[in-house]
Amino acid sequence: MLTTVIHARGLARTFRKKKQEIHAVVGVDLDVEAGEIVGFLGPNGAGKTTTLRMLTTLLEPTAGTATVAGRDLIADPVGVRRRIGYVSQSGSTYPDARAGEEVVDHARLYGMTTAEATERGKRLFRELDLDGLWERQPKTMSGGQRRRLDIAVGLVHVPELVFLDEPTTGLDPQARANLWTHIRALREERGTTVFLTTHYLDEADALCDRILVIDHGAIVASGTPDELKSQVGGDVLTVTVERSEQVGEVARLMGQLRGAEAPQVLDDRVVGRVPHGGAALVELVRGLDRADITISGIESRRPSLDDVFLGLTGRSLRDPESSAPAGSLEEVTVR
Amino acid sequence: MRTLLRDTGTVFVRAMRMSLRNPAWLVIMMMQPILYILLFGPLLQPLAGQLGTGNAYQIFVPGILVQLGIFGSLFVGFGLIAEYRAGVIESQRVTPASRTALLLGRVLRDVVVLLVQGVLLVLVSLPLGLRAPLLGVVLTLVVIALLGAAFASTSYALALTLKSEDAFAPLLNAFVLPVLLLSGILLPMTLAPGWLQTISDINPLKHVVEGTREFFVGGYDTSVAWWGAALTVVLAVLGWAFGVRRFRRESS
Repeated sequence: MLTTVIHARGLARTFRKKKQEIHAVVGVDLDVEAGEIVGFLGPNGAGKTTTLRMLTTLLEPTAGTATVAGRDLIADPVGVRRRIGYVSQSGSTYPDARAGEEVVDHARLYGMTTAEATERGKRLFRELDLDGLWERQPKTMSGGQRRRLDIAVGLVHVPELVFLDEPTTGLDPQARANLWTHIRALREERGTTVFLTTHYLDEADALCDRILVIDHGAIVASGTPDELKSQVGGDVLTVTVERSEQVGEVARLMGQLRGAEAPQVLDDRVVGRVPHGGAALVELVRGLDRADITISGIESRRPSLDDVFLGLTGRSLRDPESSAPAGSLEEVTVR
Repeated sequence: MRTLLRDTGTVFVRAMRMSLRNPAWLVIMMMQPILYILLFGPLLQPLAGQLGTGNAYQIFVPGILVQLGIFGSLFVGFGLIAEYRAGVIESQRVTPASRTALLLGRVLRDVVVLLVQGVLLVLVSLPLGLRAPLLGVVLTLVVIALLGAAFASTSYALALTLKSEDAFAPLLNAFVLPVLLLSGILLPMTLAPGWLQTISDINPLKHVVEGTREFFVGGYDTSVAWWGAALTVVLAVLGWAFGVRRFRRESS
């Protein structure tokens, strides 16, 4: 039988800034079962961090209820804290401290003795490939090592549920792949439930059993990566033009293809969905040729999570802080 | 209660360890009071007669002690902002540790540092000519410990509210100078013209300074001495309440 580790209903948070009410999270319903690795995705400002901070007791919800690790979030936040681990995006160790001391001090705040904490911390250092770094200062460690140290700090009290806030942001591909292995091991080796946020869809695809997508302060989709991808249906056509003023014309041509859904424009790219990519590609090339449009790329492929995300939120997650301002993106989107 | 003490101990040891490991900080911390006594004290000696005492250090040392208690403590918030930026505060807040302990452990470190500085300052003043009763010195150290706790708590609360050195520094500077000038810390306000004395009367710190000066000349039965002590207790309660409130509240 599955046990529910997180059960939230109508969780909401409103901030008040200069008499203006900002509804950061309007009502989140979510369930996470024991032993799951769940990815929590959403564009910037969608309410991801606010939700995470509520679930970890750092922020009090203005409405709604939640049970986290078997304890009521509102009535017993200390009980929740005892049972969860949280690895924040901003890190958890002081640059001038010693790595080992940070882990032990943290464990002591959970009531562990120094001896217990040292033993457990050293074992975590071995498991997370931090051997020999016990006495090192975090400021002298590499980005990947620091992230793994943060994870050691977050796990030292053996939580049943761990929240990872963008665990691989800023890491090189090798360090990311390495961290994925460690995150999978959390579940395989000790049955820890993992709730993580990420900006990388390949990460969510590779790592997560299930994905929750949040947008405008509410959950807009939930399912396994495959389920979400099959919702998109058909193939994805992408055309990149040389002269970006021609995107409108390309979008029009793509929209005329048989069975095509309304294409979307992202800078100099036009992305659309068609039932049969191969046939549509030929037809589209002919049309582009007739219209005398020079393209720098064209492809047909199976849908990815990014397409799911684009379909759900109208935004691409691939480069959340892209140079194009959000407003201009809205304007050129062909609906 | 037991967890409160335990958590306070953990936070205190951690804070103290960090401070002691910073040699530059150690040297500055030790040098500051000594420089005041060595480089500013001699200026006051010729004024002793005018101040109504034969020993200028009896007036000067309590003032410098109070100054240490206020201004040294006010700046501890900068360390907290650095910790906040590194994510330490948030990672401590997701532990079941008592929020009070997260503040108390840090404030205790600041008070211990302050007392070490204070004792050092008194010891350095002795060969220069300070004469004061031991009880008076001890009572004064108790007063500045409370004062230090009040201002350290306030500093942490403000730091946790502002979360940025750029906002915190100007706020402190705006506060420090008028308070310093209106408290009679460097020179007694009795030297001031009437209007200036009236303004300084509403500054509680002026009364704290005058109280400690009474302690230093053995005036234990004077109302001036105990008014100063009572005001210090009030400041400590207020500062502590502000700090605890801020640490208990979510840091959104």
